[in-house]
Amino acid sequence: MDKFTTLTGIAAPMPLVNIDTDMIIPKQFLKTIKRSGLGKNLFDEMRYNPDGSEKPDFVLNQPAYRNAQIIVAGDNFGCGSSREHAPWALLDFGIRCVISTSFADIFFNNCFKNGILPVVLPREAVDALMEDAKNGANARITVDLPSQTVTASDGTTWAFEVDEFKKHCLLNGLDDIGLTLQKVAAIDSYERQLAQARPWV
Amino acid sequence: MTSEATSAANPAAPRTIYDKIWDAHVVETSEDGTCLLYIDRHLVHEVTSPQAFEGLRMTGRSVRAPGKTVAVPDHNVPTTAGRDVHIDNEESRIQVEALDRNARDFGINYYPVSDIRQGIVHIVGPEQGWTLPGMTVVCGDSHTATHGAFGALAHGIGTSEVEHVLATQTLIQKKSRNMKVEITGRLRPGVTAKDITLSVIGETGTAGGTGHVIEYCGEAIRELSMEGRMTVCNMAIEGGARAGLIAPDEKTFAYVMGRPHAPKGAQWEAALAWWKTLYTDEGAHFDKVVTLRGEDIAPVVTWGTSPEDVLPITGVVPAPGDFTGGKVEAVQRSLDYMGLTPGMKLTDIRIDTVFIGSCTNGRIEDLRAAAAILKGRTIAPGLRGMVVPGSGLVRAQAEEEGLAQIFVDAGLEWRLAGCSMCLAMNPDQLSPGERCAATSNRNFEGRQGRGGRTHLMSPAMAAAAAVTGRLTDVREMMAEAVEA
Repeated sequence: MDKFTTLTGIAAPMPLVNIDTDMIIPKQFLKTIKRSGLGKNLFDEMRYNPDGSEKPDFVLNQPAYRNAQIIVAGDNFGCGSSREHAPWALLDFGIRCVISTSFADIFFNNCFKNGILPVVLPREAVDALMEDAKNGANARITVDLPSQTVTASDGTTWAFEVDEFKKHCLLNGLDDIGLTLQKVAAIDSYERQLAQARPWV
Repeated sequence: MTSEATSAANPAAPRTIYDKIWDAHVVETSEDGTCLLYIDRHLVHEVTSPQAFEGLRMTGRSVRAPGKTVAVPDHNVPTTAGRDVHIDNEESRIQVEALDRNARDFGINYYPVSDIRQGIVHIVGPEQGWTLPGMTVVCGDSHTATHGAFGALAHGIGTSEVEHVLATQTLIQKKSRNMKVEITGRLRPGVTAKDITLSVIGETGTAGGTGHVIEYCGEAIRELSMEGRMTVCNMAIEGGARAGLIAPDEKTFAYVMGRPHAPKGAQWEAALAWWKTLYTDEGAHFDKVVTLRGEDIAPVVTWGTSPEDVLPITGVVPAPGDFTGGKVEAVQRSLDYMGLTPGMKLTDIRIDTVFIGSCTNGRIEDLRAAAAILKGRTIAPGLRGMVVPGSGLVRAQAEEEGLAQIFVDAGLEWRLAGCSMCLAMNPDQLSPGERCAATSNRNFEGRQGRGGRTHLMSPAMAAAAAVTGRLTDVREMMAEAVEA
């Protein structure tokens, strides 16, 4: 997993609420057995016409946002299916950070496993960043994980909360499984106790 | 810190059922409160697991507890005959073959397409007794919440977490908050578990449960069968909750007893003794409480593209101006997508397709409810209808009870088990503009096929819609049935 420290980049505004994971990556692209290559189908049905041509109105098709690394989104981003293909597709496109007032739980967790930082900010901050993002390539938003701040192009800064452990893993690009396997003695011990307490498990 | 130590810290404090199950599964707690949680059952399907198994191979890791891991292909599989011999779609075939290989290579429990026990993972788990009260159950699928009906802590995970559970039999978790959803009193005739769960989401919104684990309780919940309870918990995720659960009771124990993987003999007695302690203590704290009166719940349908877009069937299509904030734009987009006009009566909405099935409503009770309406009736001319049982065993039982014949006589297709048109990863899909009365769980744009329009409802309501060719209040047909 790539580390996440500080990111300054173009933010794409997506004010729609309840953007679900079926929108982020429709099911026909879940048939892959790989993690890579999903970026071209990110937001597929919002982004392309049935004949495969681009819909010019869609934000990521506009010249200013083709290289966006941040999405500023409406409430409850990532609701629906647990498909990790959603963060895989975002990452493959080049998105490293999503900012919203709220995220669905499973999507939120999945982001951290893939080097994407989901940032929760109060509504007024998200509204201000949404307006800023509408300035396209002229507006570059900075997301700084060590100091837990987001800074708009005019210098306005907001602080955000992040779980300490998740921050540590993201800053260092750590593999969860490797960390947990260091605790194998505790798991062994739990399983011995389990065999006594709930042998039917 | 061990689980005993957690409980011992304040043994007198009243706990919710979620607290109790959580405490019993904590392997270790870090200073910041992050826990390593033990996972009792890991359910696996073909779509969200190949990358996880590949990860194990690349790192030379094995599956820590293959006996606690259960795999079944469901999302991709065709629901037509011959699928055990050949799957036409190459990508689907590759995923199913990958699961065959991974199950064999890593030695995990497996129900291949050719096995009569194959079906939707959330129907197979309870049916085979893999799902038991008090367990932690995870699966790379958001509808894992279904298993909460047994008083288990069950939730969906992503593929990275699937790999984590395969390798360690644990998850790194922070505890969620407690939320209580109480349904008091009794349901009126024609109102089902599906109407409860959709009405709750209509009340709380799709983010209303975010960060919480819901305990469903109250007389109307107690009165539900295990099948109905599974329907309620199944859609906890659509309300944003991490999980939904219901304290186990005699109905739960009766359902579990004798299942192939349920404990037997002395172990059954020991298990039962523990399961009977799994209830929320008097005075336990809930961070959020929602109460609905069972009598106030009507048969409902969704009109938009979010499961929170719920109204009683007697209602009319709302206008964007009825909403505030970001929802105004979302509703306009929904109405455009759904091809609906504000003010239109819901019962005037004509449909092309009916889908009865899914992990929400693909169990025997659901098929009985649909068959009760369809018996002696035929579906509207030109309508396409599909009944997809949740498992091979549900299918066999429905055939034995004569339900399959009722569906066929009514003009519906009787299919093999799988997820089918709930998410349309297999050939069962809507075409652009086609409108479907569906018993599944998501009405998102494109969910059942690009441009397809989905209205969610109960099996009885879907059956009623099949007969008339439009969204229909099932109570009218029940009255007819009574008069006849």
